[in-house]
Amino acid sequence: MDKKIEDKLYTLKYKTDAKCHLEPDQSKCLQCLDKTCTIICPANVYSYSETEKKLTVSYEKCLECGACRIVCKHINWTYPKSGKGVIYKKS
Amino acid sequence: MSEEISQNKVDIIVVGAGPAGVSAAITAARGGKKVVLVERAPFAGAKNMYGGVIYTHAAQEIFPNYKEAPIERYISAHSYVLLSENDSTQITYKNSLHKDNAFVAIRAKWDKWCVEQAVKEGVYFAPDTLVKELIVKDGKVCGITTDVEDFYADVVIIADGVNSLLARQIGLREDIKPKNVALGVKEVIKLSPEVIEKRFALKEGTGCAMEIVGGPLKNMLAMGIVYTNQDSVAVGIGASLEDLKAQKIKPYELLDSLKQHPFVAEIIEDGEIVEYSAHLIPEGGYNALPKLYTDGALVVGDAAGLVNNIHFEGTNLAMISGKLAAQTALEAFECGDFSSNTLCLYKKKLENSFILKDLKTYKDVVHTLYGRTGSFLTYYPDKVNEFFNIFTAADGQPKKEKFRQFTKHFFTKRSLSELFKDVIAGIKIVFGILK
Repeated sequence: MDKKIEDKLYTLKYKTDAKCHLEPDQSKCLQCLDKTCTIICPANVYSYSETEKKLTVSYEKCLECGACRIVCKHINWTYPKSGKGVIYKKS
Repeated sequence: MSEEISQNKVDIIVVGAGPAGVSAAITAARGGKKVVLVERAPFAGAKNMYGGVIYTHAAQEIFPNYKEAPIERYISAHSYVLLSENDSTQITYKNSLHKDNAFVAIRAKWDKWCVEQAVKEGVYFAPDTLVKELIVKDGKVCGITTDVEDFYADVVIIADGVNSLLARQIGLREDIKPKNVALGVKEVIKLSPEVIEKRFALKEGTGCAMEIVGGPLKNMLAMGIVYTNQDSVAVGIGASLEDLKAQKIKPYELLDSLKQHPFVAEIIEDGEIVEYSAHLIPEGGYNALPKLYTDGALVVGDAAGLVNNIHFEGTNLAMISGKLAAQTALEAFECGDFSSNTLCLYKKKLENSFILKDLKTYKDVVHTLYGRTGSFLTYYPDKVNEFFNIFTAADGQPKKEKFRQFTKHFFTKRSLSELFKDVIAGIKIVFGILK
């Protein structure tokens, strides 16, 4: 009965902003051992590719909770633009 | 739009149309002021989720007609559940005389309804409007910068939620520390009203609020919640961000493991997930309070960290803090002084209300619990279940030896020094509350 996170996110409605509102400082990711953002994010927005040495930010899935902002000081974190982002209807 | 609004100057701007913001806005409008309520979402409630209920005392105080609101169920049963790996012990409190202490509402409907009431009472509502920053002149907050234009006001009430980028911008608070915040994730699971009422043993139209500890949530500061909507059940967890980070646990996987526990699995069996959501919950309490006012601005609700996490109270603290902030702003208009000299009255009002009194009462509880999650949220719930396992088992074996073993294990499976620390923590909590 348990759906994977992508299926959970599929229940949500988004008005996607054209511009990414989450900007991690990629130079810091290289030295970061824990990559806590990839664990803590409830929407699985962050994934790190060891081969490309790059953090991918799927900002369009973001639930705007701010957890990543609190565990990592190297993310330039803002809300999506006016009216954009996630829309809850049943929570 | 009135002439003054078209000139981009009003009496009071409220940023954020959650329970705190809307309560501030409607109170200010009732005091005869020109109020703009700004919200970054397309409608109020679209960004909001909670692990809880709306408390009637606060709803009634702000919205005397709250019974007309889209209410899901009035809470008639409060359940507390201790989980172990496979078993559970549940205590349910019901009072047939007091049925409307709290109710469950879906935020996208409730928050929206609240704003509709505010608009009826003269509040100008501006949705789809992200406030980029506060305008500060000569040390006084005097307006907001949005995506489109600037707005000015004599008082700005900051109700922008737990992350409160605005309170941070003007130095009223520091960034939240991971230990002072919990991450809540929740699923709303569709079930028919009949099935819900049967599974929770509820009368038609009444609801249940359930808090869960132990089991999959062991060894961390985490709690589970289950609430009944009209035709769905909300299942969620709130877990310390510090613990999730340290133990490298993904929040949705923790929720999944709670859902898989037999106790919860039975409740939501055959239900279909209709919405997933996540939100931060301020957990710092009294010891992490920000500065609540400055020249020209007041901070309310989650933005000020006003949550009583021991009692799962947040919406009521938000609403009443919004009202008290607006009342303070109205007094500032009476004397024509919008500086801290007048706005400091807001803190006095909070101190004289249940809000800061309760936060003060519980100021050390979470901190004390933090160090003892392995015992109070894991070991003792396990022991309670073990006790009832023995107490209820009829297996042809004499009871005395089982109870002897239980008592012996109670003192041997846990070192005496740990037991002693638990006792000290228990005393600290009780005396901390009663002193």
